Amino acid sequence: MLDLTKEEEAALKGERGETLALAYRILVAIGEATNADHLLPIEWAHLSGINYNTIGDAGEEFLSNLSKDTKFKVKTTVNPMGFDFDTVSKYGVDEEFITKQRSIKNSYEKMGAIPSFSCIPYEIFELPKKGTHVSFAESNAAIYANSISNLKTNKEGAFSALASALTGKSPDSDLRKDESRNPNLTIRMSVDQKDELTYGMLGYFAGKVAGSSVAISGVKELDRRSCKSLCAGMGTSGTCGMFTLSDTKGETIDFDKKEMQKIHDELNTTDSGDIITLGSPQLGLEEISSLAGMLKGKVFKKRCMVFCPRAIQEQARHLGYASDIERAGGELLYDCCICLTPLIDKREVDGVVTNSVKGAYYLRTSNGVDVNLKSISQIVQEETK
Amino acid sequence: MTLKIIVKGKAEGEVLVAKKPINFLGAVDKKTGKIRDKNHDLFGKSLAGKILVFPFGVGSSVGAYTIYSLKSNKCAPHAMICLKADLTTASGCALANIPLVMASKEDYNSIKDGKKISLDAETGKIL
Repeated sequence: MLDLTKEEEAALKGERGETLALAYRILVAIGEATNADHLLPIEWAHLSGINYNTIGDAGEEFLSNLSKDTKFKVKTTVNPMGFDFDTVSKYGVDEEFITKQRSIKNSYEKMGAIPSFSCIPYEIFELPKKGTHVSFAESNAAIYANSISNLKTNKEGAFSALASALTGKSPDSDLRKDESRNPNLTIRMSVDQKDELTYGMLGYFAGKVAGSSVAISGVKELDRRSCKSLCAGMGTSGTCGMFTLSDTKGETIDFDKKEMQKIHDELNTTDSGDIITLGSPQLGLEEISSLAGMLKGKVFKKRCMVFCPRAIQEQARHLGYASDIERAGGELLYDCCICLTPLIDKREVDGVVTNSVKGAYYLRTSNGVDVNLKSISQIVQEETK
Repeated sequence: MTLKIIVKGKAEGEVLVAKKPINFLGAVDKKTGKIRDKNHDLFGKSLAGKILVFPFGVGSSVGAYTIYSLKSNKCAPHAMICLKADLTTASGCALANIPLVMASKEDYNSIKDGKKISLDAETGKIL
């Protein structure tokens, strides 16, 4: 049973207003369902459920009501939305979608969210000190935070992270406890070809077979692009919220060519695409700079959408990478990402080329388009002239 | 009877037992409270005013907003009893302030469809 402090008990009963009562109801419900025995303080909440495509009318109405008299209690950042408001008029997006998306954006901002609209908070914000508890609802960000950034979070849902933002608390369960962070399964990376696409598929495989934490052996180091791809793949297919690069004493299974081919066959549904999309997770400055370098003297043969956070786009513009990518025919988009954007419409697009395993999953299941999976180097080689 | 309380409260109503798990986002019409998934054993039945007894919720976590909408549209169940409290159902009932308890397998199986019961999810009792 969850043990509440007197203060928490009073808030749950409604003595501090209906909004806090609601937030504590969510924390208590999730705490009871995950066998927590108390709530603990968190310093940072990162929210999902920003895109109108994911939360719909009910979400929009709920947030609009909630924002009337509520402020977030801790630092709160937010996931991408459907598009950026600066350029959406160019894309023929449905008016109703734009109105509802604006309302959702306004509600979060009114409650005090930092308008980051990014799925890579770990790359664009200064990180709190080692071991700090945060509440990240974006799956790739939760896995990255636990595995790379030395932070502690569960793979939060939209509501647990929202309740954390309103109260500064979270149930002490699962990956918040040290004993749950020890993996009891090792996946041995046995594929020679080590690019970000391979790591994305490794992550997708790991997510399917692992519990809450997994060890990965056979990998000495991971560059940032491959690491983000691994986190995103893992977050898409299951509930695993953390990996370590090591061996464990427990069971070991191989991720070999055969397993990789199975994942590839599941996610790759066409041999060609009408457009290229890069950026789920959104690209950071390192990846933008590397892309600009790879595109020297080349031009894309088809439309290429490149998704990054707004702040990264501004830096890329300042440093000249944006104009390099645009000269090669790429478009830099911000505040949104591949996943569930209305900017990719199956009435106009049959197939999409991407290096993102997470993007591939959502393009197929939500946007309803076919996907051609290729690594970034293969995309530059085959899709430019 | 051993009930684990997930969302506190008290409720009365007629028991509606679902054999299959419920995908709130996909299978429930939030305007009427009716199950609209033809493959579900409760297809065509309304959850409104019932004590909904079901194994657990499945599908997108956004389904929690559907539970909230059911309550706003006055067609939500009065309470829910499940075998396993998944996070979508737990968050949804918390949002909508609908009492939710988890029952042990034995107790769960003893709850009969159509019976009028009173659930006390403050002390964890069914009368």
